[in-house]
Amino acid sequence: MATDHSRSTARLMVSPSVLLLLAWMIVPLVMTLYFSTQRYNLLYPGTEEFTGLANYTYFLSDPSFTEGLLNTLLLVGGVLFITVTGGILLSLLLDRPIWGQGIVRILVIAPFFVMPTVSALVWKNMFMNPVNGLFGYAAKAIGLAPFDFFGQAPLFSIIMIVSWQWLPFATLILFTAIQSLDGEQVEAAEMDGASAFSRFRYIVLPHLARAITVVILIQTIFLLAVFAEILVTTGGGPGSASTNLTFLVYKESLLSFDVGTGSAGGIVAVVLANIVAIFLMRAVGKNLDL
Amino acid sequence: MARNVTTGQKAFWTLCAWTVGLAIFFPIFWTVLTSFKSEAEAVRAPALFDFDWTLENYATVFDRSPYARHFLNSVVISIGSTLLALLIAVPAAWAMAFSPTRRTRGLLMWMLSTKMLPPVGVLIPIYLIFRDTGLLDTRTGLVIVMTLVNLPIVIWMLFTYFREIPGEILEAARMDGANLKSEILYVLTPMALPGIASTMLLNVILSWNEAFWTLTLTAANAAPLTAFIASYSSPEGLFYAKLSAASTMAIAPVLILGWFSQKQLVRGLTFGAVK
Repeated sequence: MATDHSRSTARLMVSPSVLLLLAWMIVPLVMTLYFSTQRYNLLYPGTEEFTGLANYTYFLSDPSFTEGLLNTLLLVGGVLFITVTGGILLSLLLDRPIWGQGIVRILVIAPFFVMPTVSALVWKNMFMNPVNGLFGYAAKAIGLAPFDFFGQAPLFSIIMIVSWQWLPFATLILFTAIQSLDGEQVEAAEMDGASAFSRFRYIVLPHLARAITVVILIQTIFLLAVFAEILVTTGGGPGSASTNLTFLVYKESLLSFDVGTGSAGGIVAVVLANIVAIFLMRAVGKNLDL
Repeated sequence: MARNVTTGQKAFWTLCAWTVGLAIFFPIFWTVLTSFKSEAEAVRAPALFDFDWTLENYATVFDRSPYARHFLNSVVISIGSTLLALLIAVPAAWAMAFSPTRRTRGLLMWMLSTKMLPPVGVLIPIYLIFRDTGLLDTRTGLVIVMTLVNLPIVIWMLFTYFREIPGEILEAARMDGANLKSEILYVLTPMALPGIASTMLLNVILSWNEAFWTLTLTAANAAPLTAFIASYSSPEGLFYAKLSAASTMAIAPVLILGWFSQKQLVRGLTFGAVK
Protein backbone atom coordinates (compact mmCIF):
# COMPACT_ATOMS: atom_id res chain seq x y z
CA MET A 1 0.00 0.00 0.00
CA ALA A 2 2.81 2.38 0.83
CA THR A 3 4.24 3.13 -2.57
CA ASP A 4 7.22 5.41 -3.06
CA HIS A 5 4.84 8.04 -4.29
CA SER A 6 2.51 7.98 -1.31
CA ARG A 7 5.50 7.87 1.01
CA SER A 8 6.99 11.04 -0.37
CA THR A 9 3.56 12.70 -0.24
CA ALA A 10 3.35 11.75 3.42
CA ARG A 11 6.79 13.21 4.05
CA LEU A 12 5.70 16.43 2.38
CA MET A 13 2.63 16.61 4.59
CA VAL A 14 4.59 16.12 7.80
CA SER A 15 7.56 18.34 7.06
CA PRO A 16 6.02 21.80 7.74
CA SER A 17 5.14 20.74 11.28
CA VAL A 18 8.54 19.21 11.85
CA LEU A 19 10.44 22.21 10.52
CA LEU A 20 8.38 24.68 12.53
CA LEU A 21 8.71 22.75 15.77
CA LEU A 22 12.40 22.29 15.12
CA ALA A 23 12.80 26.03 14.62
CA TRP A 24 10.69 26.80 17.68
CA MET A 25 12.64 24.46 19.91
CA ILE A 26 16.21 24.34 18.66
CA VAL A 27 16.91 27.93 17.60
CA PRO A 28 15.84 29.67 20.85
CA LEU A 29 17.34 26.93 22.97
CA VAL A 30 20.72 27.26 21.28
CA MET A 31 20.48 31.02 21.72
CA THR A 32 19.69 30.61 25.40
CA LEU A 33 22.66 28.29 25.78
CA TYR A 34 24.89 30.81 24.05
CA PHE A 35 23.62 33.77 26.12
CA SER A 36 24.16 31.76 29.28
CA THR A 37 27.90 31.82 28.67
CA GLN A 38 27.99 35.57 28.04
CA ARG A 39 28.13 38.59 30.25
CA TYR A 40 25.14 40.30 28.70
CA ASN A 41 22.94 42.93 30.30
CA LEU A 42 20.44 44.88 28.22
CA LEU A 43 21.07 47.96 30.37
CA TYR A 44 24.78 48.00 29.52
CA PRO A 45 25.01 47.33 25.79
CA GLY A 46 28.49 46.82 24.35
CA THR A 47 29.91 45.08 27.43
CA GLU A 48 29.18 41.57 26.21
CA GLU A 49 31.97 39.05 26.63
CA PHE A 50 32.46 35.34 27.12
CA THR A 51 32.39 34.36 30.78
CA GLY A 52 32.31 30.59 30.67
CA LEU A 53 30.24 29.14 33.47
CA ALA A 54 30.28 32.26 35.61
CA ASN A 55 26.54 32.87 35.09
CA TYR A 56 25.76 29.36 36.28
CA THR A 57 27.98 29.73 39.32
CA TYR A 58 26.31 33.04 40.09
CA PHE A 59 22.77 31.77 39.55
CA LEU A 60 23.23 28.49 41.43
CA SER A 61 25.05 30.06 44.38
CA ASP A 62 22.50 32.86 44.77
CA PRO A 63 20.43 32.21 47.92
CA SER A 64 17.29 33.06 45.97
CA PHE A 65 17.99 30.05 43.73
CA THR A 66 17.90 27.68 46.71
CA GLU A 67 14.77 29.40 47.93
CA GLY A 68 13.25 29.36 44.45
CA LEU A 69 14.00 25.66 44.05
CA LEU A 70 12.49 24.90 47.44
CA ASN A 71 9.41 26.99 46.64
CA THR A 72 9.05 25.21 43.30
CA LEU A 73 9.17 21.83 45.02
CA LEU A 74 6.69 22.92 47.70
CA LEU A 75 4.35 24.41 45.11
CA VAL A 76 4.43 21.40 42.79
CA GLY A 77 4.34 18.87 45.64
CA GLY A 78 1.62 20.69 47.56
CA VAL A 79 -0.66 21.14 44.59
CA LEU A 80 -0.11 17.54 43.44
CA PHE A 81 -0.94 16.20 46.89
CA ILE A 82 -4.12 18.26 47.19
CA THR A 83 -5.38 17.68 43.66
CA VAL A 84 -4.62 13.95 43.44
CA THR A 85 -6.09 13.15 46.87
CA GLY A 86 -9.03 15.47 46.26
CA GLY A 87 -9.48 14.15 42.73
CA ILE A 88 -9.66 10.53 43.90
CA LEU A 89 -12.20 11.36 46.61
CA LEU A 90 -14.28 13.50 44.25
CA SER A 91 -14.30 10.93 41.47
CA LEU A 92 -15.40 8.24 43.93
CA LEU A 93 -18.15 10.57 45.13
CA LEU A 94 -19.31 11.35 41.59
CA ASP A 95 -19.36 7.64 40.84
CA ARG A 96 -21.95 7.03 43.59
CA PRO A 97 -25.57 6.85 42.53
CA ILE A 98 -26.65 10.48 42.83
CA TRP A 99 -29.29 12.77 41.43
CA GLY A 100 -28.06 15.39 38.98
CA GLN A 101 -24.64 13.87 38.42
CA GLY A 102 -24.17 15.76 35.16
CA ILE A 103 -24.77 19.13 36.83
CA VAL A 104 -22.44 18.38 39.72
CA ARG A 105 -19.74 17.39 37.26
CA ILE A 106 -20.16 20.69 35.43
CA LEU A 107 -19.87 22.61 38.72
CA VAL A 108 -16.72 20.71 39.66
CA ILE A 109 -14.83 21.20 36.41
CA ALA A 110 -15.74 24.88 35.97
CA PRO A 111 -12.60 26.30 37.67
CA PHE A 112 -10.43 24.75 34.97
CA PHE A 113 -11.86 27.18 32.44
CA VAL A 114 -11.17 30.30 34.48
CA MET A 115 -8.09 32.14 33.26
CA PRO A 116 -5.20 32.16 35.77
CA THR A 117 -5.12 35.92 36.25
CA VAL A 118 -8.85 36.02 37.04
CA SER A 119 -8.78 33.19 39.54
CA ALA A 120 -5.70 34.56 41.29
CA LEU A 121 -7.15 38.07 41.63
CA VAL A 122 -10.59 36.88 42.69
CA TRP A 123 -9.14 34.64 45.40
CA LYS A 124 -6.65 37.24 46.56
CA ASN A 125 -9.05 40.18 46.82
CA MET A 126 -12.50 38.82 47.35
CA PHE A 127 -11.69 35.83 49.53
CA MET A 128 -8.25 36.07 51.14
CA ASN A 129 -8.10 39.82 51.79
CA PRO A 130 -8.11 40.14 55.60
CA VAL A 131 -10.18 43.35 55.63
CA ASN A 132 -12.79 42.94 52.90
CA GLY A 133 -12.41 39.29 51.93
CA LEU A 134 -15.06 36.69 52.54
CA PHE A 135 -12.77 34.54 54.70
CA GLY A 136 -12.08 37.59 56.85
CA TYR A 137 -15.81 38.17 57.36
CA ALA A 138 -16.31 34.49 58.12
CA ALA A 139 -13.54 34.55 60.74
CA LYS A 140 -14.97 37.67 62.36
CA ALA A 141 -18.46 36.14 62.36
CA ILE A 142 -17.28 33.25 64.53
CA GLY A 143 -15.14 35.52 66.69
CA LEU A 144 -11.68 34.82 65.28
CA ALA A 145 -9.08 37.29 64.05
CA PRO A 146 -8.96 37.38 60.23
CA PHE A 147 -5.95 35.64 58.75
CA ASP A 148 -3.69 37.69 56.51
CA PHE A 149 -3.16 35.02 53.86
CA PHE A 150 -0.65 36.72 51.59
CA GLY A 151 1.17 38.47 54.44
CA GLN A 152 1.50 35.42 56.67
CA ALA A 153 1.60 32.52 54.21
CA PRO A 154 2.15 33.73 50.64
CA LEU A 155 3.29 30.44 49.17
CA PHE A 156 0.53 28.50 50.92
CA SER A 157 -2.06 30.93 49.53
CA ILE A 158 -0.73 30.46 46.01
CA ILE A 159 -0.80 26.67 46.50
CA MET A 160 -4.49 26.95 47.46
CA ILE A 161 -5.34 29.00 44.37
CA VAL A 162 -3.44 26.76 41.97
CA SER A 163 -4.99 23.66 43.57
CA TRP A 164 -8.46 25.09 42.98
CA GLN A 165 -7.54 25.52 39.32
CA TRP A 166 -6.17 22.01 38.87
CA LEU A 167 -8.52 19.95 41.03
CA PRO A 168 -11.05 19.79 38.15
CA PHE A 169 -8.43 18.37 35.80
CA ALA A 170 -7.44 15.59 38.21
CA THR A 171 -11.08 14.84 38.99
CA LEU A 172 -12.14 14.71 35.36
CA ILE A 173 -9.37 12.31 34.35
CA LEU A 174 -9.69 10.06 37.39
CA PHE A 175 -13.47 10.00 36.97
CA THR A 176 -13.07 8.97 33.33
CA ALA A 177 -10.78 6.17 34.47
CA ILE A 178 -13.06 5.07 37.31
CA GLN A 179 -15.98 4.69 34.94
CA SER A 180 -14.13 1.98 33.05
CA LEU A 181 -13.84 -0.05 36.24
CA ASP A 182 -15.51 -3.44 36.09
CA GLY A 183 -18.46 -3.18 38.47
CA GLU A 184 -18.90 -6.94 38.71
CA GLN A 185 -15.42 -7.37 40.08
CA VAL A 186 -16.16 -4.94 42.87
CA GLU A 187 -19.49 -6.62 43.58
CA ALA A 188 -17.85 -10.04 43.72
CA ALA A 189 -15.30 -8.72 46.20
CA GLU A 190 -18.09 -7.21 48.26
CA MET A 191 -19.95 -10.54 48.37
CA ASP A 192 -16.76 -12.26 49.45
CA GLY A 193 -16.77 -9.91 52.39
CA ALA A 194 -14.07 -7.42 51.38
CA SER A 195 -14.37 -4.18 53.34
CA ALA A 196 -14.89 -0.86 51.60
CA PHE A 197 -11.29 0.03 52.33
CA SER A 198 -9.77 -3.14 50.94
CA ARG A 199 -12.01 -2.93 47.88
CA PHE A 200 -10.58 0.55 47.31
CA ARG A 201 -7.02 -0.47 48.14
CA TYR A 202 -6.86 -3.67 46.08
CA ILE A 203 -9.29 -3.07 43.19
CA VAL A 204 -10.00 0.62 42.62
CA LEU A 205 -6.55 2.05 43.33
CA PRO A 206 -4.62 -0.38 41.07
CA HIS A 207 -7.16 0.33 38.33
CA LEU A 208 -6.52 4.06 38.73
CA ALA A 209 -2.73 3.75 38.96
CA ARG A 210 -2.12 4.60 35.33
CA ALA A 211 -4.49 7.57 35.29
CA ILE A 212 -2.91 8.87 38.52
CA THR A 213 0.53 8.63 36.93
CA VAL A 214 -0.65 10.59 33.91
CA VAL A 215 -2.28 13.25 36.10
CA ILE A 216 0.87 13.67 38.18
CA LEU A 217 3.18 13.93 35.19
CA ILE A 218 1.06 16.31 33.12
CA GLN A 219 0.30 18.55 36.08
CA THR A 220 3.99 18.64 36.98
CA ILE A 221 4.83 20.01 33.53
CA PHE A 222 2.31 22.82 33.97
CA LEU A 223 3.01 23.40 37.66
CA LEU A 224 6.73 23.86 37.11
CA ALA A 225 5.76 26.80 34.91
CA VAL A 226 3.30 28.53 37.27
CA PHE A 227 3.77 32.23 36.61
CA ALA A 228 0.68 34.42 36.24
CA GLU A 229 -0.71 33.49 39.67
CA ILE A 230 2.51 34.69 41.32
CA LEU A 231 2.83 37.81 39.18
CA VAL A 232 -0.60 39.21 40.05
CA THR A 233 -0.74 38.22 43.73
CA THR A 234 2.64 38.58 45.45
CA GLY A 235 5.07 39.49 42.70
CA GLY A 236 7.25 36.76 44.20
CA GLY A 237 7.44 38.38 47.64
CA PRO A 238 7.63 39.27 50.38
CA GLY A 239 11.37 39.09 49.65
CA SER A 240 11.43 35.99 47.55
CA ALA A 241 9.14 33.95 49.81
CA SER A 242 6.84 33.01 46.92
CA THR A 243 9.28 33.08 44.01
CA ASN A 244 9.52 29.84 42.06
CA LEU A 245 12.16 29.07 39.44
CA THR A 246 10.02 30.30 36.55
CA PHE A 247 9.40 33.59 38.29
CA LEU A 248 13.06 33.91 39.31
CA VAL A 249 14.21 33.57 35.70
CA TYR A 250 11.57 36.10 34.65
CA LYS A 251 12.85 38.55 37.29
CA GLU A 252 16.48 38.13 36.25
CA SER A 253 15.80 38.53 32.56
CA LEU A 254 12.86 40.90 32.04
CA LEU A 255 13.02 42.94 35.26
CA SER A 256 16.81 43.15 35.81
CA PHE A 257 17.59 42.76 32.10
CA ASP A 258 20.41 40.38 33.00
CA VAL A 259 20.26 38.17 29.93
CA GLY A 260 23.29 36.09 30.92
CA THR A 261 22.06 35.03 34.35
CA GLY A 262 18.48 34.70 33.15
CA SER A 263 19.62 32.35 30.39
CA ALA A 264 21.63 30.22 32.80
CA GLY A 265 18.49 29.99 34.97
CA GLY A 266 16.43 29.07 31.93
CA ILE A 267 18.79 26.20 31.11
CA VAL A 268 18.60 24.95 34.71
CA ALA A 269 14.79 24.97 34.42
CA VAL A 270 15.00 23.05 31.13
CA VAL A 271 17.19 20.37 32.73
CA LEU A 272 14.79 19.97 35.66
CA ALA A 273 11.74 19.75 33.37
CA ASN A 274 13.49 17.17 31.22
CA ILE A 275 13.86 14.82 34.15
CA VAL A 276 10.07 14.89 34.57
CA ALA A 277 9.49 14.70 30.83
CA ILE A 278 11.43 11.45 30.46
CA PHE A 279 9.04 9.73 32.84
CA LEU A 280 5.97 11.21 31.15
CA MET A 281 7.11 10.11 27.72
CA ARG A 282 7.53 6.57 28.98
CA ALA A 283 4.02 6.53 30.42
CA VAL A 284 2.45 7.95 27.28
CA GLY A 285 4.63 5.88 24.94
CA LYS A 286 3.52 2.62 26.52
CA ASN A 287 0.00 3.29 25.37
CA LEU A 288 0.96 4.08 21.81
CA ASP A 289 0.91 0.91 19.74
CA LEU A 290 1.66 1.60 16.13
CA MET B 1 -21.97 0.12 39.74
CA ALA B 2 -25.69 -0.33 39.57
CA ARG B 3 -26.42 -2.00 42.85
CA ASN B 4 -29.52 -1.93 44.95
CA VAL B 5 -29.28 1.31 46.82
CA THR B 6 -31.93 2.65 49.10
CA THR B 7 -33.37 6.08 48.45
CA GLY B 8 -31.86 7.15 51.76
CA GLN B 9 -28.36 6.26 50.64
CA LYS B 10 -28.87 7.96 47.33
CA ALA B 11 -30.13 11.10 49.06
CA PHE B 12 -27.09 11.08 51.34
CA TRP B 13 -24.56 10.82 48.50
CA THR B 14 -26.50 13.39 46.47
CA LEU B 15 -26.30 15.83 49.37
CA CYS B 16 -22.54 15.25 49.76
CA ALA B 17 -21.83 15.62 46.05
CA TRP B 18 -23.91 18.77 45.65
CA THR B 19 -22.32 20.37 48.71
CA VAL B 20 -18.82 19.76 47.38
CA GLY B 21 -19.79 20.79 43.85
CA LEU B 22 -21.35 24.05 44.96
CA ALA B 23 -18.37 24.81 47.23
CA ILE B 24 -15.94 24.37 44.33
CA PHE B 25 -18.10 26.48 42.05
CA PHE B 26 -18.73 29.15 44.68
CA PRO B 27 -15.87 31.57 43.78
CA ILE B 28 -17.20 31.80 40.22
CA PHE B 29 -20.76 32.33 41.44
CA TRP B 30 -19.54 34.97 43.88
CA THR B 31 -17.63 36.82 41.16
CA VAL B 32 -20.69 36.97 38.93
CA LEU B 33 -22.85 38.10 41.85
CA THR B 34 -20.37 40.81 42.91
CA SER B 35 -20.28 42.17 39.38
CA PHE B 36 -23.89 43.29 39.88
CA LYS B 37 -23.23 45.12 43.16
CA SER B 38 -22.17 48.70 43.69
CA GLU B 39 -18.54 49.19 44.81
CA ALA B 40 -19.71 50.10 48.31
CA GLU B 41 -21.82 46.97 48.65
CA ALA B 42 -19.07 44.77 47.20
CA VAL B 43 -16.78 45.42 50.16
CA ARG B 44 -19.50 45.62 52.82
CA ALA B 45 -20.41 42.58 54.92
CA PRO B 46 -21.38 39.93 52.40
CA ALA B 47 -24.96 40.04 51.15
CA LEU B 48 -26.23 37.13 49.13
CA PHE B 49 -29.17 38.46 47.14
CA ASP B 50 -30.62 41.45 49.01
CA PHE B 51 -28.67 44.24 47.40
CA ASP B 52 -29.46 46.75 44.68
CA TRP B 53 -28.67 45.01 41.43
CA THR B 54 -26.87 47.26 38.98
CA LEU B 55 -25.24 47.06 35.58
CA GLU B 56 -23.14 50.16 36.19
CA ASN B 57 -19.89 48.16 36.59
CA TYR B 58 -20.18 46.70 33.14
CA ALA B 59 -20.75 50.16 31.70
CA THR B 60 -17.77 51.57 33.63
CA VAL B 61 -15.45 48.80 32.51
CA PHE B 62 -16.28 49.57 28.90
CA ASP B 63 -16.11 53.36 29.35
CA ARG B 64 -12.93 53.66 31.35
CA SER B 65 -10.82 51.03 29.65
CA PRO B 66 -10.37 49.76 26.11
CA TYR B 67 -12.10 46.56 27.17
CA ALA B 68 -13.56 45.88 23.75
CA ARG B 69 -10.10 46.02 22.22
CA HIS B 70 -8.67 43.50 24.69
CA PHE B 71 -11.64 41.23 24.19
CA LEU B 72 -11.10 41.40 20.45
CA ASN B 73 -7.40 40.65 20.96
CA SER B 74 -8.34 37.50 22.86
CA VAL B 75 -10.69 36.45 20.07
CA VAL B 76 -8.17 37.13 17.29
CA ILE B 77 -5.26 35.46 19.09
CA SER B 78 -7.11 32.33 20.22
CA ILE B 79 -9.06 31.71 17.03
CA GLY B 80 -6.27 32.86 14.70
CA SER B 81 -3.63 30.66 16.30
CA THR B 82 -6.03 27.70 16.35
CA LEU B 83 -6.84 27.97 12.65
CA LEU B 84 -3.18 28.39 11.74
CA ALA B 85 -2.21 25.39 13.87
CA LEU B 86 -4.94 23.28 12.25
CA LEU B 87 -3.75 24.27 8.80
CA ILE B 88 -0.26 23.00 9.59
CA ALA B 89 -1.30 20.04 11.73
CA VAL B 90 -4.08 18.41 9.70
CA PRO B 91 -1.79 17.22 6.87
CA ALA B 92 0.85 16.04 9.34
CA ALA B 93 -1.59 14.10 11.54
CA TRP B 94 -3.27 12.75 8.44
CA ALA B 95 -0.04 11.39 6.97
CA MET B 96 1.07 9.89 10.26
CA ALA B 97 -2.29 8.24 10.91
CA PHE B 98 -2.82 6.77 7.43
CA SER B 99 0.69 6.02 6.22
CA PRO B 100 2.72 5.40 9.36
CA THR B 101 6.36 4.45 8.96
CA ARG B 102 8.92 3.06 11.36
CA ARG B 103 9.79 6.60 12.37
CA THR B 104 6.25 7.85 13.06
CA ARG B 105 6.26 6.80 16.70
CA GLY B 106 9.57 8.51 17.40
CA LEU B 107 8.41 11.60 15.56
CA LEU B 108 5.22 11.85 17.60
CA MET B 109 7.13 11.44 20.84
CA TRP B 110 9.57 14.12 19.78
CA MET B 111 6.70 16.51 19.00
CA LEU B 112 5.27 15.84 22.43
CA SER B 113 8.65 16.53 24.00
CA THR B 114 8.68 20.07 22.59
CA LYS B 115 5.59 20.72 24.71
CA MET B 116 7.60 19.85 27.82
CA LEU B 117 10.14 22.58 27.19
CA PRO B 118 9.60 25.12 30.00
CA PRO B 119 8.76 28.52 28.51
CA VAL B 120 11.44 30.30 30.54
CA GLY B 121 14.04 28.23 28.67
CA VAL B 122 13.27 30.15 25.49
CA LEU B 123 11.85 33.39 26.94
CA ILE B 124 14.91 35.58 26.37
CA PRO B 125 15.61 34.66 22.72
CA ILE B 126 11.93 34.97 21.80
CA TYR B 127 11.72 38.31 23.57
CA LEU B 128 14.84 39.61 21.83
CA ILE B 129 13.78 38.29 18.41
CA PHE B 130 10.38 39.91 18.86
CA ARG B 131 11.95 43.18 19.96
CA ASP B 132 14.26 43.27 16.95
CA THR B 133 11.58 42.34 14.42
CA GLY B 134 8.93 44.66 15.83
CA LEU B 135 6.66 41.78 16.85
CA LEU B 136 6.55 42.73 20.53
CA ASP B 137 3.04 43.72 21.60
CA THR B 138 1.45 42.81 18.26
CA ARG B 139 -1.38 40.38 17.58
CA THR B 140 0.65 38.80 14.78
CA GLY B 141 3.46 37.98 17.18
CA LEU B 142 1.11 36.41 19.70
CA VAL B 143 -0.68 34.40 17.03
CA ILE B 144 2.68 32.97 15.89
CA VAL B 145 3.76 32.06 19.42
CA MET B 146 0.42 30.53 20.39
CA THR B 147 0.37 28.50 17.18
CA LEU B 148 3.76 27.00 17.94
CA VAL B 149 3.00 26.48 21.63
CA ASN B 150 -0.13 24.48 20.85
CA LEU B 151 0.96 22.75 17.64
CA PRO B 152 2.09 19.51 19.38
CA ILE B 153 -1.24 19.14 21.22
CA VAL B 154 -3.17 19.82 18.02
CA ILE B 155 -1.20 17.22 16.06
CA TRP B 156 -1.59 14.65 18.82
CA MET B 157 -5.31 15.17 19.23
CA LEU B 158 -5.94 15.01 15.49
CA PHE B 159 -3.74 11.93 15.26
CA THR B 160 -5.74 10.06 17.92
CA TYR B 161 -9.00 10.97 16.15
CA PHE B 162 -7.78 10.11 12.64
CA ARG B 163 -6.44 6.78 13.80
CA GLU B 164 -9.95 5.72 14.72
CA ILE B 165 -11.12 6.07 11.13
CA PRO B 166 -11.03 2.49 9.83
CA GLY B 167 -8.57 1.90 7.00
CA GLU B 168 -10.94 -0.58 5.34
CA ILE B 169 -13.22 2.27 4.34
CA LEU B 170 -10.38 3.75 2.33
CA GLU B 171 -9.70 0.46 0.64
CA ALA B 172 -13.36 -0.01 -0.17
CA ALA B 173 -13.48 3.46 -1.71
CA ARG B 174 -10.38 2.68 -3.75
CA MET B 175 -11.92 -0.58 -4.98
CA ASP B 176 -14.89 1.44 -6.14
CA GLY B 177 -12.50 3.53 -8.17
CA ALA B 178 -12.14 6.62 -6.02
CA ASN B 179 -8.99 8.65 -6.67
CA LEU B 180 -7.04 10.41 -3.95
CA LYS B 181 -9.02 13.62 -4.32
CA SER B 182 -12.46 12.10 -4.02
CA GLU B 183 -11.16 9.80 -1.32
CA ILE B 184 -10.24 12.78 0.80
CA LEU B 185 -13.23 14.91 -0.15
CA TYR B 186 -16.08 12.43 0.13
CA VAL B 187 -14.84 9.67 2.42
CA LEU B 188 -12.35 11.00 4.90
CA THR B 189 -13.39 14.59 5.43
CA PRO B 190 -16.90 13.80 6.69
CA MET B 191 -15.45 11.24 9.08
CA ALA B 192 -12.67 13.51 10.27
CA LEU B 193 -14.75 16.64 10.83
CA PRO B 194 -15.95 15.83 14.37
CA GLY B 195 -12.35 15.22 15.49
CA ILE B 196 -11.19 18.46 13.89
CA ALA B 197 -14.03 20.36 15.55
CA SER B 198 -13.19 18.94 18.98
CA THR B 199 -9.53 19.77 18.54
CA MET B 200 -10.43 23.29 17.55
CA LEU B 201 -12.67 23.74 20.59
CA LEU B 202 -10.06 22.60 23.08
CA ASN B 203 -7.33 24.64 21.47
CA VAL B 204 -9.37 27.84 21.51
CA ILE B 205 -9.96 27.31 25.24
CA LEU B 206 -6.28 26.70 25.98
CA SER B 207 -5.18 29.73 23.96
CA TRP B 208 -7.82 31.98 25.52
CA ASN B 209 -6.46 31.22 28.99
CA GLU B 210 -2.73 31.12 28.23
CA ALA B 211 -0.99 33.52 30.57
CA PHE B 212 2.77 33.24 30.25
CA TRP B 213 3.47 34.49 26.76
CA THR B 214 0.58 36.95 26.78
CA LEU B 215 1.93 38.54 29.97
CA THR B 216 5.56 38.69 28.87
CA LEU B 217 5.15 39.67 25.21
CA THR B 218 2.29 42.18 25.23
CA ALA B 219 1.58 45.62 26.65
CA ALA B 220 -1.27 48.07 26.09
CA ASN B 221 -1.69 47.37 22.40
CA ALA B 222 -2.03 43.63 21.81
CA ALA B 223 -2.81 42.48 25.36
CA PRO B 224 -5.60 39.91 25.45
CA LEU B 225 -7.91 39.61 28.47
CA THR B 226 -5.47 37.49 30.51
CA ALA B 227 -2.97 40.35 30.45
CA PHE B 228 -5.56 43.11 30.77
CA ILE B 229 -7.09 41.56 33.91
CA ALA B 230 -3.59 41.44 35.42
CA SER B 231 -3.62 45.24 35.43
CA TYR B 232 -6.27 45.04 38.16
CA SER B 233 -3.60 43.72 40.52
CA SER B 234 -2.29 47.20 41.32
CA PRO B 235 -3.53 48.52 44.70
CA GLU B 236 -5.42 51.41 43.11
CA GLY B 237 -7.29 48.88 41.02
CA LEU B 238 -8.90 47.29 44.06
CA PHE B 239 -12.45 47.81 42.91
CA TYR B 240 -14.10 44.48 43.52
CA ALA B 241 -17.26 45.15 41.56
CA LYS B 242 -15.38 46.34 38.49
CA LEU B 243 -12.84 43.52 38.78
CA SER B 244 -15.79 41.12 38.94
CA ALA B 245 -17.51 42.59 35.92
CA ALA B 246 -14.33 42.50 33.83
CA SER B 247 -13.65 38.93 35.02
CA THR B 248 -17.16 37.69 34.36
CA MET B 249 -17.03 38.86 30.77
CA ALA B 250 -13.54 37.38 30.36
CA ILE B 251 -14.42 33.89 31.58
CA ALA B 252 -18.00 33.55 30.35
CA PRO B 253 -17.28 32.57 26.71
CA VAL B 254 -14.80 29.86 27.64
CA LEU B 255 -16.87 28.58 30.54
CA ILE B 256 -19.70 27.94 28.12
CA LEU B 257 -17.43 26.40 25.48
CA GLY B 258 -15.73 24.33 28.15
CA TRP B 259 -18.90 22.64 29.25
CA PHE B 260 -19.24 21.21 25.77
CA SER B 261 -15.69 19.95 25.69
CA GLN B 262 -15.39 17.72 28.76
CA LYS B 263 -14.64 14.55 26.82
CA GLN B 264 -12.15 16.16 24.46
CA LEU B 265 -10.42 17.74 27.42
CA VAL B 266 -9.46 14.38 28.87
CA ARG B 267 -8.30 13.09 25.55
CA GLY B 268 -6.45 16.21 24.44
CA LEU B 269 -4.65 16.89 27.68
CA THR B 270 -3.54 13.32 28.31
CA PHE B 271 -2.36 12.84 24.73
CA GLY B 272 -4.68 9.89 24.36
CA ALA B 273 -3.22 8.10 27.38
CA VAL B 274 -6.56 8.14 29.24
CA LYS B 275 -9.79 7.72 27.33
